[in-house]
Amino acid sequence: MLKHTPLYEAHVSIGARMVEFAGWEMPVQYSGHVQEHMAVREAAGLFDVSHMGEIEIRGADALALVQRISTNDASKLQDNQVQYSTMLIEEGGVLDDLLVYRINREYFILVVNAGGTDADFEWIKSHAAGLNAEVHNTSAAFALLAIQGPRAERILQELTDHMLDRIPYYWSQRVFVDRLDCRVSRTGYTGEDGFEILCEPGDARHLWNRLLIIGQDQGLIPCGLAARNTLRLEAAYRLYGHDMDQTTTPLEAGLGWVVKLTKRDFIGRDALVRQKESGLKRKLVGFEVLDRAPARDGYPVVIDGREVGSVTSGSPAPFLKKNIGLAYVPTEHAAIGTEFFVAVRSRHVPARIVQTPFYKRARQFD
Amino acid sequence: MADTPEDLSYTKDHEWVRVKVNEATVGITAHAQDQLGDVVYVELPKVGDKFESSEPFGSVESVKAVSEIYMPVSGTVIEVNETLNDSPELVNEDPYGDGWMIRIKIDNPAQVDALLTSIEYDDYIKEEAAE
Repeated sequence: MLKHTPLYEAHVSIGARMVEFAGWEMPVQYSGHVQEHMAVREAAGLFDVSHMGEIEIRGADALALVQRISTNDASKLQDNQVQYSTMLIEEGGVLDDLLVYRINREYFILVVNAGGTDADFEWIKSHAAGLNAEVHNTSAAFALLAIQGPRAERILQELTDHMLDRIPYYWSQRVFVDRLDCRVSRTGYTGEDGFEILCEPGDARHLWNRLLIIGQDQGLIPCGLAARNTLRLEAAYRLYGHDMDQTTTPLEAGLGWVVKLTKRDFIGRDALVRQKESGLKRKLVGFEVLDRAPARDGYPVVIDGREVGSVTSGSPAPFLKKNIGLAYVPTEHAAIGTEFFVAVRSRHVPARIVQTPFYKRARQFD
Repeated sequence: MADTPEDLSYTKDHEWVRVKVNEATVGITAHAQDQLGDVVYVELPKVGDKFESSEPFGSVESVKAVSEIYMPVSGTVIEVNETLNDSPELVNEDPYGDGWMIRIKIDNPAQVDALLTSIEYDDYIKEEAAE
């Protein structure tokens, strides 16, 4: 039995194509994959990401528990600040990636992937021993919308008196959106400016409809998981279960910037220290295919006639109009400019390692 | 849903076939291209390649996914639609016309009789959607 978000009926009523995703029945596209992708790059798009899980940690030792399970340094966070991080198993493999919201000293909200929510919750609870911290899986108490794109702020601003330009990148605030109590953060998974809105499930449909109506003149359209995936790939954001999992460490996945080995202790730290000392054997790299044939997830990477790795995310990039991807390759073949082959069915097509992100939005100073 | 042309034959893999004596033109249906979304690449065989019925002869890729295209009847490729190299979007825009994929010489014309009519194909995609 697939789970439904509070917006399920709203999606079906406007003709979304629904698919199974991590146990949820989710909209994969509405008007069209490419059209939705381009709307986010050039105007704005609205996503239902209510399938994401929320785990709340409260108590005097809330920070200590977050520090124990998270690779990034949550002690650096101030109230209302948000941080990207990973959770590891002892062996250093990635259990999940997540956003850590510090609400206050004794209250953190973790936003985790849909597929990992229950396991993450059990994992965190099992590591709370000896700490004065309560762990709750509050996923059902939240809906989560994402409004993304260069016009996201001006659209959302029409529904609130809160000055959104005072919420910096990776900060959140309690904001009343159309008089409904929400937590709004300047975060996202598209490579564009935008916001994610945590709200009560009962308020989700009203907010969804209001945003679509208010944003219509600005080009806001509903966007599905297909566009979300190609947008995040252009931005070279890793996707859990594809670009990393329990068999890969965050160092291999290029997420060293969210691993703070200076922190005294966190689960998986010893394994990462050992890996760092012995040197990484493989790395996740970004590549462009030098051929019309797109590389897809799972296609082998071939160097000197030998299969040395595989594509973890590969797709045509609708905005960049290139075939791009992420792949694990041996460290000695991981330099920018290195060429390799991707086995596309019976053919070997050439590809070149390039700088990531593939797409970076122009900074706006206004 | 686009109208399914009555003068063509169809497969359950969503190919269409336009038969002229012992030759046939093959493409994918309007329903198939709609399910795939924006087509960005079509990989086709070479003239002279031989395939058995139901064997994959090429693939069509949208931004979202890759999907194989299957031979509706056994035969030999006598022409491929080279236009699709530069304009794969023709598969979306005109699936039964300019978006055709290959022309083949049919080995055994009796195989054509086993294909679906437009009415049967429409019923089939309705059943598929209901599942």
